[in-house]
Amino acid sequence: MANIRVHIRFPEDKIKEPVIYQIGHEFKVVTNVRRADVRETTGWMDLELTGDSTEIERAIASLRKKGIIVDPIELNVVE
Amino acid sequence: MAKMKALVCRECGKEYPTKAIHVCEMCFGPLEVKYNYEEIKKSISRRKIQDGPQSIWRYADLLPVEGPTFLGPHAGMTPLVRAKNLGAYLGLDELYIKNDTVNHPTLSFKDRVVAVAITRARELGFETIACASTGNLANSVAAHAAAAGMRAYVFIPGDLEAAKVLGNLIYKPNVVEVEGNYDDVNRLCSEIAGEHAWAFVNINIRPYYAEGSKTLAFETVEQLGWRTPDQVVIPMASGSLLTKIWKGLHEMKALGLVDDVRTKINGAQAEGCSPISTAFKAGRDFFKPVKPKTIAKSLAIGNPADGYYALKATAESKGAMDMVSDDEVVEGIKLLAQTEGIFAETAGGVTIGVLQKLVKQGTIKKSDVTVAYITGNGLKTQEAVSDAVGRPHRIQPSLVSFEQTFKIGKHGRGDV
Repeated sequence: MANIRVHIRFPEDKIKEPVIYQIGHEFKVVTNVRRADVRETTGWMDLELTGDSTEIERAIASLRKKGIIVDPIELNVVE
Repeated sequence: MAKMKALVCRECGKEYPTKAIHVCEMCFGPLEVKYNYEEIKKSISRRKIQDGPQSIWRYADLLPVEGPTFLGPHAGMTPLVRAKNLGAYLGLDELYIKNDTVNHPTLSFKDRVVAVAITRARELGFETIACASTGNLANSVAAHAAAAGMRAYVFIPGDLEAAKVLGNLIYKPNVVEVEGNYDDVNRLCSEIAGEHAWAFVNINIRPYYAEGSKTLAFETVEQLGWRTPDQVVIPMASGSLLTKIWKGLHEMKALGLVDDVRTKINGAQAEGCSPISTAFKAGRDFFKPVKPKTIAKSLAIGNPADGYYALKATAESKGAMDMVSDDEVVEGIKLLAQTEGIFAETAGGVTIGVLQKLVKQGTIKKSDVTVAYITGNGLKTQEAVSDAVGRPHRIQPSLVSFEQTFKIGKHGRGDV
């Protein structure tokens, strides 16, 4: 079982979409929101994804396909 | 009692031992070093600092290392230049340039943070040091690792310019060129840091690494004769440098080294990558990530880890933020070089460009004691100005040709 921590950010037009439910439904991953700030025009979540590595990869790819920005929990580490 | 109390979550306040960890297990917030100021206060003094080494290690009491041996022994104590010419040009009575273009050993402020990171990494028992970088950080990690006899891994994007790759290879670290874009390298490094017992300076060692930036605040205050400046202008990439300068100033006050912190903190970004400045100007307490597109590559961080904290520090200090175009960056580099003889990299052009803007707006006033932070050397980003500095005067190898070109006259001064 792999465990990955990510920071995801929603563009304004995705705020209302139940993306966390969707990836939990479509892929064999457990989603665990640790911290979040969701407002009318923007939102982010610090999220833990647990499951098989391939399933996590597919879930992240799906989030990106929906227009969600997915970064490592550290955000940008290339300086 | 040890001067380091714990690592503490910047969000929920949960404390952890001072090991190589960087994220709170509870809320995933970032960790930072918490000090035992009461203990430090017993021994620190202006005199003790002044009697210390001519490097960042004169402030070792306020850095997250145990000592007494320090790696990177010559980093810091760079000149604080009284910039009379640039000050007169901008209309400022007392302007200073904190000149980290001459930092040791790799000519950027990264030598401060890497010296602290590698010292702490060695103390924690690591034998391998690593980083993900497109420039200054990689140079500094590679050089410090060579001098310390440590193994080094430097991860770079596959499309990095040849000159920058060479600047790393010379120190013979393991340079890993990752096929992919910035985001791919970013994610891979985060994953590798989780898999290998390495000291990744800006990932699992980040709480210690970032503290090295405080030395810019300490040195500024000491070099100003134990005064805090009225205004500072700081370039922002991750935003960490700005937040740590603010922290450093307040530590000096807490320890009685200065009476008051009167400093307004101002942040500078390039328009092509200005998530933090854009948020500040819009009055938002959050930023929106961007895809960087600017010549100021050392500041090109689209989703900055400390962006939120930089916004907070600037607001607390009643400072400001602004951004400049790439053309203004080039003009800023030229202005600094031609008034003060300091050749800065593109981040320096951003700082000078924003300084100029803030003066014009009246945000920085004529009588304000102002310090601009110049964080890297222009020799590293020559391509940014290669089309903007003109050409040499080409003459024949004869006195006649020289006199015809310059028209100086026998005793006079002249120009073309």
